[in-house]
Amino acid sequence: MSGHSTYEPKTGFERWLDVRLPIIRMAKDTAIDFPTPKNLNYWWTFGGILAVCLVIQIVTGVVLAMHYVANSAMAFNSVEHIMRDVNHGWMIRYIHANGASMFFLAVYMHILRGMYYGSYKAPREVLWLLGCVIYLLMMATGFMGYVLPWGQMSYYGAVVITNLFSAFDKVIPGVGTAITTWLWGGFAVDNATLNRFFSLHFLLPFMIAGVVGLHIWALHVPGNNNPVGVEVKSKEDTVPFHPYYTVKDGFAILVFLLLFSWFVFFAPEAMGHADNQVPANPLATPTHIVPEWYFLPFYAILRAVPDKLFGVLGMFGAIAMLFALPWLDTSKVKSMRYRPTARWFFFLFVAATIGLGWCGGKLPDDVVLPVGRDAVTGEATGFTVVMLSQTLAIYYFAYFLVILPALGLFEKTLPVPENISTPVLPKGGAAMPSGAAASPEKKG
Amino acid sequence: MQFGQSIQTKLSGLIAAIAVGSLALLPVAAHAKTNEKEPMEVHFSFEGPFGRFDQAELQRGYKVYAEVCSACHSMNLVSYRDLAAPGGPFYDPKHPVAPAQSPYAKAIAEQYKVPDIDPDTGDTIQRTATPADHFKAPFANDAAARAANGGALPPDLSVMARAREGGPAYIYSLLLGYEEPPKGLTVPAGKYYNPYMAGDMGSYWTGAKTQIPEGGFIAMGKQITASRVQFDDKTPSTVENEAHAVATFLAWTADEHQVERKQTGLAVMLYLFVFTLITYLSYRRIWRNVAH
Repeated sequence: MSGHSTYEPKTGFERWLDVRLPIIRMAKDTAIDFPTPKNLNYWWTFGGILAVCLVIQIVTGVVLAMHYVANSAMAFNSVEHIMRDVNHGWMIRYIHANGASMFFLAVYMHILRGMYYGSYKAPREVLWLLGCVIYLLMMATGFMGYVLPWGQMSYYGAVVITNLFSAFDKVIPGVGTAITTWLWGGFAVDNATLNRFFSLHFLLPFMIAGVVGLHIWALHVPGNNNPVGVEVKSKEDTVPFHPYYTVKDGFAILVFLLLFSWFVFFAPEAMGHADNQVPANPLATPTHIVPEWYFLPFYAILRAVPDKLFGVLGMFGAIAMLFALPWLDTSKVKSMRYRPTARWFFFLFVAATIGLGWCGGKLPDDVVLPVGRDAVTGEATGFTVVMLSQTLAIYYFAYFLVILPALGLFEKTLPVPENISTPVLPKGGAAMPSGAAASPEKKG
Repeated sequence: MQFGQSIQTKLSGLIAAIAVGSLALLPVAAHAKTNEKEPMEVHFSFEGPFGRFDQAELQRGYKVYAEVCSACHSMNLVSYRDLAAPGGPFYDPKHPVAPAQSPYAKAIAEQYKVPDIDPDTGDTIQRTATPADHFKAPFANDAAARAANGGALPPDLSVMARAREGGPAYIYSLLLGYEEPPKGLTVPAGKYYNPYMAGDMGSYWTGAKTQIPEGGFIAMGKQITASRVQFDDKTPSTVENEAHAVATFLAWTADEHQVERKQTGLAVMLYLFVFTLITYLSYRRIWRNVAH
C-alpha cells in the first residue's frame, strides 16, 4: 500500500513477525494511520456501510445454508422450516432477505457519490472498474438468491432472465437456445437449475469479498477522492483514518442499521412480493412478473425496446456504461460542485433512473398520461409506461454517450480551490492549531 | 458555532438521502391487469409495531378453521405443537414446558388420525396424531382434493395471509364478499362470483366492455354464515366475528413469530438508538478541533 509506514514494532514478537509477515504493519498503515482527506462528507460513509452489509450477508447466508435444502421439491418448505422451527430462523432469514435490499440501496448511494464527485477519474480508473465488477457480481448473486426460496416469483424470475439469452438465436441460430439449455442444466428451469444457482449463490459472495480486497487496495494507492476533487497536497489536508473516520463511519453505519432493523423487525415483507409465498408452479404463470426493486430500472430498459435482442443488449449496455464512464467523461474537473451545468444533468440522470425503476414495476401498457379513450373498449389511451421508459432510457444513454463527453469540452467550470484546506477554513483563514488532529484523545 | 451547524446540515442531508432512498423502495407493489375490489377497511389487534395477537380470538379462529376450512383446505406447514408455543392460540404460561408436552397440544392432536406405516407389517395405517405431527390434511393428495372439489384444488392455507396482497384484510373481505353476480355475467358451473377475487371476466361478460364488473370467479362457495361456529367464550357467532377470527388465525399461521419479532425489534431499535447517540457524541468530540 502507498505512503510511508509509521509502524514501529514495540514488542519482541511484533519485531519477529514484522520481518516474516508484516501483517500488523499493513493493518496499522491501512486502517489506523491511513491519511484520509479531512473534508469527506456523509456520502463517503457508504463504503464502510457496504463492508458491513457484505459481512452481514455472508454470516447470515452461511447459517441459512445449514438449514436450506436446494431441491425443487423441498426448497419452499425448507425456507418455511427456517421461518418456523429453526431458533431465530425468522430473524436470520429476514436479515438476509432485507439485507440484499439494503446492500443495493447502499451500493446505489456509493455509485452515485462516485459519479457526482468524479471519483472514477485519473488516477482512480482501476478502483472504479473493480467497483463495477463488484456491482455486477452483486447483481448475479442477488438474482440467484431470489430464486432459492422457489416461490412463484423466484421461478418465473429465473425463467425470464435465463430466457434472455435465447435472444442470441437471432445472431447465430441455435446459439441462444444452447446457452439457455446450458444455464438450466436441462430443457427447463428445474431442479438442476436450482442446485447450480444455490452453488453459485454460495460462491459469488466470496468472490465479491476478494474483489473488495482489490478495491480497497486500489483505493489506498491514490488515496480517497474528496468533495472538492482536489488531490491531497500536504499533511494539513488529511487526518488519520482512526479515530476520525472510524467514528464518523461508525455513526453512519449505526444510522443505516436503524433503517435496516426497521425493515427486518417491522416491515420484513415490504420489499417482497405476495406471489413468492406461493410455491413455484411451472403450469401457472403469475399475472405480473416483476424483479426485485433494485433491478427495476434495467428491467424497464429491457422492456422499452420492442426487439428482444436489442432489449437485452440495451439492458447489459446500461451496465456497460458504468464501466466506460472514466473514458466518457472528458472534463478535467472532478467534483460537480465546480461543474454548474453537469450537476443539473446529473440530477436529471438520477431522476431518470428512479423514473425507470418506477416504470419497471408497472405494466408496459399502463397509461401514464391519458389523452383519449379507445373507441371499442373505452380504455384510456395516451402516453404509456413503455413510452415513458423509452424516453427515460434515451436520456440514460445520452447522459453517458453524449452529455458527459460534450460537457467536458464546452462547460464553463467554476474556479477550483487550491487545496482541500482552503474551502473548509473559516473566513479569515485561521488554520487548525498545529497538531490538533494528531492525537485528539489526549487533549481536553 | 460554525461547524456545529455544518454538521447539522450534513446530518440532515444524510437523513434526506435515506428518506429518498426509502421512498425509492416503495413503488414496488405490482398491479396486475385484473380489477378486483380493494380489501375492506378492517382492523386487527396485531397491526403496527406494538400490535399483538388477541389469544382469545386466535382460539376462536382455530375453531373456525378446524370446523369449517379444514374440511377442504390443508395446512401442511403447521404442527399441533405450534398451537401451544409461545404466542400461539393455546399457549399457557402455567405449562412452561416444550410446546410438544403441552396438555392442550396433546388434547387437540389426539382428536385426529394421521396416515403412517406400521413398522412391523409395513401396512399403511391410521394412528392417533401427536403434537409433533403437522395438521392432518383433508385429502390424501392433490388429485383426491381436485376430484372432490370439481377439479379445483383448495390451496394450502399455511401462508395464505402472506401469499395475497392485502393479507388478512383480503381474507376477511373474500369470505364476506360473496354477492349476487351482476346481470350480464355468466357464471360457469361450479363457480361463484366474488368481487374481491382476482380474475379477468371479460369473456363471461355480455354488457358494455367499459363496465366489466370487479372481481372474479372462485370455486369455493360462501362458507361463513351466521351461527356456523359456536364460540366457547360466548362471542356472538356473527359472520363478521367468524371471518375476523379466522383471518386473525391465518395471520398467525403465516407468521407464527410475529409478536416475538416485534418485541425483539423494539429492543433492537432502542439499543441501536442509544448506541447511535453515543457514537454521534464521540464523533463531535473527536472532530471538535478539525475544520472540515
